[in-house]
Amino acid sequence: MTSATLASGFGLILVFTALVALMAKPFGLWLFAVYEGRTTPLHRVLGPVERAFYRVAGINPNQEQDWRQYAVHLMLFQVVTVIFTYAVLRLQGSLPMNPRGLAGLSPDGAMNTAIAFVTNTNWQWYAGETVLSNLSQMLGLTIHNFLSAATGIAVAFALFRGFARAETRHLGNFWADLTRVTLYVLLPACIVYALYLVASGVPQTFASLIDAKTLEGAHQAIVVGPVASQEAIKMLGTNGGGFYNANSAHPFENPTALVDFVQMLSIFALGAGLTYTFGKAVGNTRQGWAILWAMLLLFVAGASFAWWREAAGNPMLHHLGVMGANMEGKEVRFGAAASALFAAVTTAASCGAVNAMHDSFTALGGLVPLFNMQLGEIVIGGVGSGIYGFLLFAVLAVFLAGLMVGRTPEYVGKKVEAREVKLAVLAIVILPLCILGLTAVAVVLPAGLAGPLAKGPHGFSEILYAFTSATANNGSAFAGLTAGTPFYNGLLGVAMWLGRFLVVIPVLAIAGSLASRKHTPAGPGSFPTTGGLWIGLLVATILIVGGLTFLPSLALGPVADHLTGAAGLLY
Amino acid sequence: MSSVINRELVAAVRPSLMMTGLFAGLLGLAYPAAITAVAQAAFPWAANGSLITDHGQVIGSDLIGQAFTSARYFHGRPSAAGSNGYDASASAGSNLAPFSQTLHDRVAGAVKDFAASSPGSPVPPDLVTTSASGLDPHISPEAAFSQVNRVAAARSLAPEKVHALVEAQVEQPLLGLLGEPRVNVLALNRALDEATSARAQGH
Repeated sequence: MTSATLASGFGLILVFTALVALMAKPFGLWLFAVYEGRTTPLHRVLGPVERAFYRVAGINPNQEQDWRQYAVHLMLFQVVTVIFTYAVLRLQGSLPMNPRGLAGLSPDGAMNTAIAFVTNTNWQWYAGETVLSNLSQMLGLTIHNFLSAATGIAVAFALFRGFARAETRHLGNFWADLTRVTLYVLLPACIVYALYLVASGVPQTFASLIDAKTLEGAHQAIVVGPVASQEAIKMLGTNGGGFYNANSAHPFENPTALVDFVQMLSIFALGAGLTYTFGKAVGNTRQGWAILWAMLLLFVAGASFAWWREAAGNPMLHHLGVMGANMEGKEVRFGAAASALFAAVTTAASCGAVNAMHDSFTALGGLVPLFNMQLGEIVIGGVGSGIYGFLLFAVLAVFLAGLMVGRTPEYVGKKVEAREVKLAVLAIVILPLCILGLTAVAVVLPAGLAGPLAKGPHGFSEILYAFTSATANNGSAFAGLTAGTPFYNGLLGVAMWLGRFLVVIPVLAIAGSLASRKHTPAGPGSFPTTGGLWIGLLVATILIVGGLTFLPSLALGPVADHLTGAAGLLY
Repeated sequence: MSSVINRELVAAVRPSLMMTGLFAGLLGLAYPAAITAVAQAAFPWAANGSLITDHGQVIGSDLIGQAFTSARYFHGRPSAAGSNGYDASASAGSNLAPFSQTLHDRVAGAVKDFAASSPGSPVPPDLVTTSASGLDPHISPEAAFSQVNRVAAARSLAPEKVHALVEAQVEQPLLGLLGEPRVNVLALNRALDEATSARAQGH
């Protein structure tokens, strides 16, 4: 590995990060227009659709809800859509658009997948092209890629209103937020994006199977389908559930290095934009920029570390005379640098799409995606969930700052009191509780130990990665793990559900209590929440409160893997 | 408080059911159908899988790698897709851990085979490792150049000529930043077949 190659990889990371910073304002303004319920040019075409939906469903979009009402409507909708997708997957064998005659999914498999897509996780225990019909991909899964993303943004909007409004119980209307985000942001963006993908080589057809006779005379069965329409929202909505088993490593999902770069940008587009939207909502865009800088600082550190380790390569292969970067589980058209960058992006956000197999990363290269998820995916993060997760840490950081210097904790014009801090801690603690608790259960039960492909510390990493990915609603995997068993389908389903809604509900409760407070104008006693000191405090809070809990588990997995491997031990 | 929640639950039933149905129709059926209609009209070749045909017979996709084992063809990367590799209905990586004994033995075997067929060349990493999809259509230029002598000998072609064919197929990173230098193996092998049959006709 030459230093020029190393430098060009770092160059790629910096160019990418600069573009993300440039995207934040335009996407943020677009989302802000929808947050405020303003009329946009898109209303001419889609306004009638919005009004028709409200009419049929009996919704008054102007009827404001308090946090409990918002939460109840949101939760019931999640339950109904889980049941809907469960039914579609179970009945697959009797439904149309299934020319290959694929059978319905098992009860545990269908339930796991329904939860995976409703929670924006898109964990996939199955191989898409061998198990799902085109109808299941579209009607069962694609709808959730939109709705789970829109739900995340709706919760973020409710929290923004909690900060922005004063002395009210009202946080907006869930149905209006859900519908507007879907119709005026996600759908139009995906129409353009999906057509760009098709033009670049991503298939979009209702056909299913093509029989090719190769140059050497063998038969090659090539699965095609409505890939582009799913791919677009899979990235933009930080869902990550691929049409194919190999996900964004499959040449049909991600045919060129340029498409790959656009896919990475689209994972971050809305999440970065929401930091700017937050600044606009609370009347000070510098508040939003401070959040974005803290996120990008953590991001660049993780991505650079991952690339440094992947570029250094695998010492075991170097001994065999295979020099250079680690290419096992990576595609030539992307190379090791864009693969390391993609891994950092997809786990910083709650996307979970992969363009390389994380399981075959070097031990420390694979630590980065794991650690990104364990921080709670608040480095840009999932659409909506990234910013509301980050604001929990901001609440905690002003509280800690208040304790240290004896000032009243305030954030963007709101006093932070014991109730908000308790709720924030509750939402933050669910992550280590589920990840470490369920991993501990899996490593002592035979059904759990039957899962890993790898032996030794890497086998532990595969299990840890699965529960981390599920609880953090990411969906990527150390895919050597055989997860399509009732044990893993069940336990990972529980992890995904708790990891999503035991954060969403406390966040809405915080929004409710903040909205009821008066505005507190910043005074000489207020801790400034813009500028370098604040950004440093945020990063420290995230690393210490969010990260430190997981260090022992990382020592048992990737670090032990690295050290024993460097000493020449194979498993 | 619980009576408030109960009342809200009842109020949420109709919107939850109706919105599920409406969004399922819009996002699960109308949206993919509309994209399919436009894609089939505007980009029919790409929308149907970038298929390559020869005298009406589909011989593969421009984007999907296929297995090559004969000495007369350039070989792609080892593949973990399906039981025999390059199964385009079962994409997969090996998912082997970095310090896996299985990975060690597999790569050691591939290195030995490589040394036998391309003596003297340094081992190109991509040629002894499996890709993420198992369907990688590309190899690095080094991996292609290292096979020139073998292919030229098997076809009784001048090595310089085969070398030139490879050079013509090398694609460079976009703007010097995105992607890696690469060669599409199927395209290279088709060019090779054409060159061979042209030479046969010329004699």
